[in-house]
Amino acid sequence: MSELSPRPILEVTGLRKGFGEHLVLNSVDLAVPRGSIISVFGRSGTGKSVFLKCLAGLLAPDAGVVRFDSESFDGIRGRCSYLFQSNALFDSLTALENVALPLEQTTRLGRNEIVQAAHNALESLGLEKFADYFPAQMSGGMHKRLALARALVTRPHLVLFDEPTAGLDPPGRAAVFEMIVQYRRQFDFTGVIVTHDIPEALATSDRVALLDEGQIRFAGTPSEFAASDDCIVRSFGESNVAIRENAGN
Amino acid sequence: MMRLLQAVGQNSLAAAAGLGDFAMFTSRAVAVLPATRHLGRRWARAVHEQGVRCVPVVTIVGLFSGLVLGLQGYYVLARFGSEGLLGTFVALTLARELAPVLAALMIVGQAGSAISAEIGIHRNSEQIDALTTMGIDPIGYLITPRLLAAVVVFPILTVAFTLVGLAGGYLSGSLLLGLDPGVYWSAVHSAVRSADVQECLLKALVFGLLTMAICCHSGFTTHRRLGVSGSRAVSLSTTRGVVLASTATLAADYLITSFLV
Repeated sequence: MSELSPRPILEVTGLRKGFGEHLVLNSVDLAVPRGSIISVFGRSGTGKSVFLKCLAGLLAPDAGVVRFDSESFDGIRGRCSYLFQSNALFDSLTALENVALPLEQTTRLGRNEIVQAAHNALESLGLEKFADYFPAQMSGGMHKRLALARALVTRPHLVLFDEPTAGLDPPGRAAVFEMIVQYRRQFDFTGVIVTHDIPEALATSDRVALLDEGQIRFAGTPSEFAASDDCIVRSFGESNVAIRENAGN
Repeated sequence: MMRLLQAVGQNSLAAAAGLGDFAMFTSRAVAVLPATRHLGRRWARAVHEQGVRCVPVVTIVGLFSGLVLGLQGYYVLARFGSEGLLGTFVALTLARELAPVLAALMIVGQAGSAISAEIGIHRNSEQIDALTTMGIDPIGYLITPRLLAAVVVFPILTVAFTLVGLAGGYLSGSLLLGLDPGVYWSAVHSAVRSADVQECLLKALVFGLLTMAICCHSGFTTHRRLGVSGSRAVSLSTTRGVVLASTATLAADYLITSFLV
């Protein structure tokens, strides 16, 4: 757990999003404290990824306001990064080129500085030996680390994680959450994680939120989540051991 | 009757909206050119994709087109005792019509389909969304270099098609059917004026921009195919891109010709 700043870095108010007649998000309100990691749970199809895409500006909300650092914004461009469920790596680029891409296209850094920064990011994620590998030559876990290296190379203030443990085995899932916590300390970012991995998320997050029927049904600390009387919340709070461990830390 | 009118109206509106979206897409690809960074390597890759890889098909089709024109032209002109005009016939047919159109159709078949599929896969695997979240304009990154490459590649391959086609006409007209080579090449030389070359290059340029923009747009909008997703959506986008680009080539050819004749 980290020392949280009282001023939220991200504030979502009255967010609504529908597709045709199907309303997915119905007035979502959420505040994300600076420096925290918040995990968003919810049943499949409740709009968790839609919520994240609205934050990222990939989907335009029908109504509502998203404020980043107290300013309205039309997407996370620049100061924020997004880790996709599919990793969204470029097959035709090497690991180094994938990581260097955002620096090459959005900064005025020279070629040597960009290569050095990309090498440093790969080294931080333990991928320095694979700089010249293409994604097809790497494993699923390495893809995840490579995508994280690309997300962190621009030193973003906010990182959005869409199902970061999808498709990984249990040890791999734990490793991803440990990696997020470790690099949050190193890179000092705020993280919003959409996940189904409740035990891991409860053990590592500062705050959790439950999205149900298009609204935030619960938002608070993992301990508050465990103590909640709400039947829906309780149905999700099955990992009490992890909650107690987290509360005890 | 009302249903028919309703269907016609809905399809017309959808076509108009699609046309407007395509126009916005293409103008954006041009407008972001000054802000697009590190374009050189992606432009060179696009030139390789559209140009170098299409050289075999363009030269083979150019050769056979010239051979057929030589054969057909010789026997038709012979009826009027005008075999000596074979060079004129082959040169003008190639330069003003066949070379720009057939070269464009070949490049669409080879490179346009690949571009449409590749961009569709970028869309499906969220790579286009990833570019957006990184603050990179996906149109500037993926589309602009390809349109710039088309501006260079189409005229060059069209000229190559014309030259190989002229050689094909010479092979069938002179070597096979016995027309004097001096008569053939002299007719070629005297027939082609600068206006014909300009028309040839203008058509190549327009077809290049139009067809590559259509193929890129089709791949870029893969996710908008209602009711289909994944590989099926990529397949449909690729087919749609090639069919629309080929049709647009012939329609644009008619329009340009009607203005220049």
